[in-house]
Amino acid sequence: MDAIKLEHVTKSFDEHKVLDDVTLDVPEGTAFCLLGRSGTGKSVTLKHIIGLMRPDSGQVLVGGKDVASLSGRELAEVRRSMGFLFQNSALFDSITVGENVAFPLRRHTDWSDAKIRDTARARLADVGLDEDYDKMPAELSGGMRKRAGLARAMALDPKILLVDEPSAGLDPITAREIDGLLVDLKKKGATIVVVTHDIPSARHIGDELAMLHDGRVVARGTAEEFDRSDDQLVRAFMRSEGSG
Amino acid sequence: MRERLGVLVLSLLAWVGDVALFGARALYEAVVPPYEFKETWRHVFEIGWRSLPLIALSGFAIGVVLSMHTRASLERFGAEAMIPAGLAIALIRETGPLTAGLLVAGRVGAGIGAELGAMKVTEQIDALEAVAVDSFKFLAVTRILACIIAMPLLTAIIDFCGIFGGYVAESSISGMSASLYFHRAFSIVEFSDFIPATLKTAVFGLIIGTVASYLGFNTTQGTEGVGRTSTASVVLSSICIILINVVLVKLIFFVFPVRS
Repeated sequence: MDAIKLEHVTKSFDEHKVLDDVTLDVPEGTAFCLLGRSGTGKSVTLKHIIGLMRPDSGQVLVGGKDVASLSGRELAEVRRSMGFLFQNSALFDSITVGENVAFPLRRHTDWSDAKIRDTARARLADVGLDEDYDKMPAELSGGMRKRAGLARAMALDPKILLVDEPSAGLDPITAREIDGLLVDLKKKGATIVVVTHDIPSARHIGDELAMLHDGRVVARGTAEEFDRSDDQLVRAFMRSEGSG
Repeated sequence: MRERLGVLVLSLLAWVGDVALFGARALYEAVVPPYEFKETWRHVFEIGWRSLPLIALSGFAIGVVLSMHTRASLERFGAEAMIPAGLAIALIRETGPLTAGLLVAGRVGAGIGAELGAMKVTEQIDALEAVAVDSFKFLAVTRILACIIAMPLLTAIIDFCGIFGGYVAESSISGMSASLYFHRAFSIVEFSDFIPATLKTAVFGLIIGTVASYLGFNTTQGTEGVGRTSTASVVLSSICIILINVVLVKLIFFVFPVRS
């Protein structure tokens, strides 16, 4: 069964068409990597999946439900099963790093304060930030903020994890650690959609890749299929192997 | 020229309509569960308690100045005995509520606008939605409610501090005792002077919270946009307060005709 399905999704900002008849499906329990040059609509695609944006036309189905047609409460219910790592982390800057991770737990569980703090600390430990629970987001480097954002996204053990450039701003070792974390999550049954420019990361995580160009899906397949692609852009992208 | 003016008027009306709908939605959402009591209370503290020094000091200074002006006028007619009552009526009915409204618009309106604006441009509002939290309710409704609750309390404080400031000025000039001053001050003040004038500031609170939250939620263009939102929150909520005050005063005179 498809965890996520986009059917003929089109989205424009003013005159600029960012998504142009995009059709994608992500089977449950798989990791799907969205590749493409900057400004081709990858982050916009993620925001459609979690309902932060509505398509001008087409449908976005999550667990079979059309996200754009859900009521506020129904959408909140769907979102509770999802985690989202923003490109710029989007940590709440008025509370500590630990409280950022604890925030979804405080909102959506009736756990004791001690259990919430322990869980938040464990999530931070997963991304190597267990010493930074009481720091404010402004005290962290860009890469650390990214990791804290990932810890928050994973706080509720989501069935679907949407990750926007997880390795941007990270050193190669930490980037591979984050990849390992995402693979572990996939092994536990989660569905993962990763937007990335980091080809080694896409090879490691992705069961399947798709490339967006000018708002359209121009290629889709495994990393090996991408390597053998006739499309010049796809081959160039796969050969770049760079991050970022 | 006429066409441009027409466009300007239409866009102004559209803006007022949008803000009014935003405020109406906030009032509706405030009574629909789930309730955000903890967050609302936190903002009442932030808005009310932290505005207290500004409100108290301003009220005291206004009381001193009003007392001196009132004395200068009433002395000519040998009516110095009326100074405390005149000061109390002026403060309670109009000066206190309006000054409190404008001061809070400056301090709190700018703060709400800048905070929500910064959250908007750094995607923190989207992040709230992504963790299945109703950002409108969590951020806007709680702040608007806090402004509505805090304003009458701050107004009562500015009134009291103003009257006390008047006493300090009067006692230093004429040596009037505290008991005589406060007896005279409250001799003609009735609840119908105090209650409507104080409660009308709940509307000022609604305006401040709504305008600042609306602008914050609609901030664009990065940090420059945040700066503009902050300034616009103060200017627009102050203008709205001054204009709405005219309507509210007229309404109070209509409902309490004897005292007016």
